Amino acid sequence: MTFEYAPAPESRAIVDIKPSYGLFINGEFVDGTGTSFKTVNPATEEVLAEVAEASDADVDEAVKAARRAYTRVWSRMSGAERAKYLYRIARIIQERGRELAVLESIDNGKPIKESRDVDVPIVAAHFFYYAGWADKLQYSGYGSTPLGVAGQVIPWNFPLLMLAWKIAPALACGNTVVLKPAETTPLTALLFAEICQQADLPPGVVNIVTGAGDTGRAIVSHPDVDKVAFTGSTEVGKAIARAVAGSDKKVTLELGGKAANIVFDDAPLDQAVEGIVNGIFFNQGHVCCAGSRLLVQESVADEVMSRLKRRMATLRVGDPLDKNTDVGAINSAEQLAKIRELSEIGESEGAERWSAPCDLPANGYWFAPTVFTGVSQAHRIAREEIFGPVLSVLTFRTPSEAIEKANNTPFGLSAGVWTDKGSRILSMANRLRAGVVWANTFNKFDPTSPFGGYKESGYGREGGRHGLEGYLKGADA
Amino acid sequence: MSRIDVRKTYKLYIGGQFPRSESGRSYVVNDAKGRLVANAAQASRKDARDAVVAARAAFGGWSGKTAYNRAQVVYRVAEVLEGRREQFEAELRASEGITPARARTYVDASIDRLVWYAGWADKITQVVGNANPVAGPYFNLSTPEPSGVIAVVAPRGPLLGLVSVVAPLIITGNTVVVIASQDNPLTAITLGEVMATSDLPGGVVNVLTGSQTEIAPWLASHMDVNGIDLTGVEDDELATELEVAAADNLKRVRRPAPDTDWLAEPALDRMTQFLETKTVWHPIGV
Repeated sequence: MTFEYAPAPESRAIVDIKPSYGLFINGEFVDGTGTSFKTVNPATEEVLAEVAEASDADVDEAVKAARRAYTRVWSRMSGAERAKYLYRIARIIQERGRELAVLESIDNGKPIKESRDVDVPIVAAHFFYYAGWADKLQYSGYGSTPLGVAGQVIPWNFPLLMLAWKIAPALACGNTVVLKPAETTPLTALLFAEICQQADLPPGVVNIVTGAGDTGRAIVSHPDVDKVAFTGSTEVGKAIARAVAGSDKKVTLELGGKAANIVFDDAPLDQAVEGIVNGIFFNQGHVCCAGSRLLVQESVADEVMSRLKRRMATLRVGDPLDKNTDVGAINSAEQLAKIRELSEIGESEGAERWSAPCDLPANGYWFAPTVFTGVSQAHRIAREEIFGPVLSVLTFRTPSEAIEKANNTPFGLSAGVWTDKGSRILSMANRLRAGVVWANTFNKFDPTSPFGGYKESGYGREGGRHGLEGYLKGADA
Repeated sequence: MSRIDVRKTYKLYIGGQFPRSESGRSYVVNDAKGRLVANAAQASRKDARDAVVAARAAFGGWSGKTAYNRAQVVYRVAEVLEGRREQFEAELRASEGITPARARTYVDASIDRLVWYAGWADKITQVVGNANPVAGPYFNLSTPEPSGVIAVVAPRGPLLGLVSVVAPLIITGNTVVVIASQDNPLTAITLGEVMATSDLPGGVVNVLTGSQTEIAPWLASHMDVNGIDLTGVEDDELATELEVAAADNLKRVRRPAPDTDWLAEPALDRMTQFLETKTVWHPIGV
């Protein structure tokens, strides 16, 4: 007999979503001069709120506020004082952690299990970590001179975590910021604005302007922005690199990936299968460093595939606010269309498609966890970032062949290696051209650990001591 | 009757060899007094591509060597340069019209700079890498790795300028395609002779002589080049165009710095600009 799970819904009562939101400029919520747009719950398609779309004039106001705060307050304040504001923010994030997690799951569609146990704790830890750097920058190796005003544009896959990755090091180093959350997931950034108010952060140090591509472009190309930090698609990353050419702007780009997760025949298979699942189905596969290409050694390919399918069949897809949900909603109709399109292309190219049997809700944007076998290097599903719960499986025979296939991509963000042989782990880690290599684990993040890519996955690092470099002038400044 | 001297043909330095430009072109190089010194090879787009192929082929071996080994090779470049200092001093005096004392200063500084960078090979990892105390049972280590093939537009200062931009790139394991200073290209090729006789594997440094405006755009847009150093680009408009072209594959870009004091001791940034940080995680357990 089987025991069905009873529903275990997380209460929505803890969040208070207003019908409409303005922009957060100079410490106050203000009406923008532009139009507005709606943000929806991707699990239900319910409209959550009207959000202001910041115009060029609004962005200009935000940059002015950031510049004023930088010259008059923030750059003059001692590192020790800046640190205390960051510690306050970290504490308030912990105090309001459940509220943040619920709101994140409602606006983004990710399972509450992940927003509660991964995103929000790491967000708080990030502010804690960088708070401690604020008065120790002279030991960083990058000097202690800030750049000025940072313009930051973040994606929808980890709305609050990406905000923390951007704002914490920027503020710790003495910069002020204008940040644009993603169009489909602005709500936790606006709640963060409230947290800044609760912390009595001086007005203008953090400015949050909501909007879409045009607003992002206005921030990036604003002449009084000294630093641009962007996480998102490689295509937009290239446009930003072109836009800042010839200027003095410093740039950090965290872009796409097509990580190879490499499983050798001596790997602990059950652990490896968990790692594969975590690598591609964590956050619905909306992860730039997702293990979207499984490279499995030929001799264990069948064994791994049968265990993987068995495990995939147990994944619980559905209501993001149910505490037992493993895989939530796709973030938007647009993203769902892209995942469907690439999956159809995978089939038409001759790869074999298998999806986990699961009931998908009637409303909202859903895609069943899917795996493609018989994939070859030339297939588009082996080359392009799908950014969804879709795994492409390739096989290899020798370590050199695995390296050749793993590195055969314009990306270079992350990679995984599963084997029991220590010397092989280290040799693979040495030869993989990727910024993060997870050995016998996957998708692990920590504020002390730098993250970022090689090649077309972007440049610069976020997190750790290395994450300070993008926000300081350098040791000889 | 005085003896007729044997004049040297100055060609390109690609893949450890000294080929003529495939285009068959050359351009006149005069000394500071306007007398002909040589017809230097005028590199073409195809030469630049050949140089990238050579640099890419050399990358695996060069970046895979031990840091100690790379240090010894670069140190040996300094040794060989020391042994040929009179030749370089004479070349600098002729090409730039500078005093013997000034020429000596530049050669001294170039040799010392190579020695300084040689010493960094097995220390840069210790200075810019670190262990990360993550909040969980994981071993986590960040180490620097070279970005790959780097294109360089060398600044004026045919010896010291060139050494100052190339040495920091190769000491960390990158391989280089460098466009020598257009007006004084000959010393760069003579330096190629020094490198070719110093155990530096062919293709680690490739020197092109010719027009910056002609060759640089092909390197900036080349999809198998990982970074571009625009130090020697003096025209702002060209620098911007090159940076725009470099965005096609997200090359790491070092923007121009026309007024650098090459005699001053450098910082680490010429090395770190073209290094990637790789972070490796492994669980700790039994």
